[in-house]
Amino acid sequence: MLMSTNAETRGTTTTWRRGREARDARIEAGSRLARGKVVEARDATRLMEAVVRPGDRVCLEGDNQKQADLLSSALLAVDPAKVNGLHMVQSGVVLPEHLDLFDRGVAKRLDYAYSGPQSARIARMLFGGKIELGAVHTYLELFARYFIDLTPHVALIAAVSADREGNLYTGPNTEDTPTVVEATAFKDGVVIAQVNEIVDRVPRVDIPADRVHFIVEAEKPFFVEPLFTRDPAAITEGQILTAMLAIKGIYAPYGVQRLNHGIGFSTAAIELLLPTYGEKLGLKGKIASHFALNPHPALIPAIESGWVQQIHSFGSEVGMDEYIRARSDIYFTGPDGSLRSNRAFCQTAGLYACDMFIGSTLQIDLQGNSSTVTTSRIAGFGGAPNMGADARGRRHPSEPWLKAGGEADPQGSALLRRGRKLVVQIGETFGDKNVPLFVEKLDAITLAEKLNLELAPIMIYGDDVTHIVTEEGVANLLLCRDAVEREQAIRGVAGYTEVGRGRDRNMVERLRQRDVIRRPEDLGINPLDADRSMLAARSIKDLVHWSGGLYAPPSKFRNW
Amino acid sequence: MEDFSFQHRARQRAGGTRQTAIIGVVASGNLEVLVERVLPDVECQLEIKTAAVGFGEVWNAVTADFVARYSPGGLKFSINDGGARPDTVSLRLAQAVRLIEEDGQ
Repeated sequence: MLMSTNAETRGTTTTWRRGREARDARIEAGSRLARGKVVEARDATRLMEAVVRPGDRVCLEGDNQKQADLLSSALLAVDPAKVNGLHMVQSGVVLPEHLDLFDRGVAKRLDYAYSGPQSARIARMLFGGKIELGAVHTYLELFARYFIDLTPHVALIAAVSADREGNLYTGPNTEDTPTVVEATAFKDGVVIAQVNEIVDRVPRVDIPADRVHFIVEAEKPFFVEPLFTRDPAAITEGQILTAMLAIKGIYAPYGVQRLNHGIGFSTAAIELLLPTYGEKLGLKGKIASHFALNPHPALIPAIESGWVQQIHSFGSEVGMDEYIRARSDIYFTGPDGSLRSNRAFCQTAGLYACDMFIGSTLQIDLQGNSSTVTTSRIAGFGGAPNMGADARGRRHPSEPWLKAGGEADPQGSALLRRGRKLVVQIGETFGDKNVPLFVEKLDAITLAEKLNLELAPIMIYGDDVTHIVTEEGVANLLLCRDAVEREQAIRGVAGYTEVGRGRDRNMVERLRQRDVIRRPEDLGINPLDADRSMLAARSIKDLVHWSGGLYAPPSKFRNW
Repeated sequence: MEDFSFQHRARQRAGGTRQTAIIGVVASGNLEVLVERVLPDVECQLEIKTAAVGFGEVWNAVTADFVARYSPGGLKFSINDGGARPDTVSLRLAQAVRLIEEDGQ
């Protein structure tokens, strides 16, 4: 049946190269504006009008950090009568232009993963019906769909340099580029790259020339956001206490060596406590040695103190390039010496080869479901839902994974029992502006009801969360035997939020006796150690000193 | 500004011999705690001056939990609060009692 359907739609002369022919026609139209593959920046919008067709799926490279900003402005400036109704399939909605496309009618539908800086506006536009939302994905999930049902017709990407043939050097922020190009170029799509400069010979070939159809030289370097820098000066004693609870209550007993840290001050505090508090506990070499992690500046003291053996990165971080070059034993680097990041591979590493994900969130409900979506902000999830999920396809054993599996199912046969990834949500019971971390009902559910979504945008499902850490203690959800215990374990670390004050005190005390809940005093943590003097670096300047002057923080973090 | 005073019975006398201790700073979102060993062994008193208004119930809960957890008998706490969150208050109180229980003056 399928074959006859194909034949009908293809008419009497069967052709199997319609995609190839359409791609060739697009390239020919664009070539009229090009010398070889090179198109002048002033012709970039005409190039868009020549190559992009109404209703196309377009990947406008907006990664977590690197932004194809020139190409996004060029696309925004097209005549909407010629180019309209686009379906944007991009991991990051980061620049204002990314949403202006929808205001102008150039784009209509959106599938994405992360929208940090645009989270408030994207929420307003969804409510206003300006955007048809496909789904909010995790990175790896969206990348997977590039190869199945969201393959781009046109990819607009960013690289550091290109040669005349079109070989691209993406530099430390390779990020999503290889994945986007793979899906587009090998399925009859057109790849247009903006580059900071055209050179005779690229330092290394990140993308081979035969996958790149047009190159536009930008007048200024593409925009990169320093997303992973946390100023140690802003870390509070509450965050230090919470970090000590995580180290002593989770890292140490499970012996977690392979892990991913989310962004945030709590995890930055952990990184800065490894060489001090971790050292004091004798944990060096036993925990936190192999990371799937962006080059967090806060990890510099632990690297310099010999804690860390290896880091694979999703992307780079502004100011870390020279430090990375000088520490190639730790980071993945190319023959040119600079970092080679790759978001798809690093997300895969985080899913399959890490025993723990630890990160913060904005809301946790009584079942442990967690989301960063609030009724006024849809920030997307980035990598958290992927790394913060048990990998059901995992088959290799490790101590933390087996121990967690045993805690979840003590009666099960050891040889048949799955291990469990440690999925840890860490945070203070009251967040920014005294907003409680714990809620009876997630805003994500309210939002899904209002927008008639089929799925509430949950970042980490409760059944994947194994531990919740707050300044009040560690709740081990693996040891809970039913939903009631689980709810009380969560209430038992929810502090003086309404959820916390609604606890059943007797039950929480019983859970504490079973080590389901562990308080600072249960773990032998001296509250006087929760002091900023315990941080290996107390300022950005300290991090620069630790790096031997190799870390060059962006100006917004320089206050000296 | 709002003032509160809480009296509690403690299970036992706080350890150590130190007579006074002080910790924290008066700053926005932070607090200073002065603790003095001046009361009978089973009594505990907390005097609070706070910049935030309308949190009496939370202060009551935080101080009651603190006394139950640490049994700071014989201690009087004078708290100068710059609108700290309850978790910061709990931490400072725990630090104050730990400090006065440590050796030395």
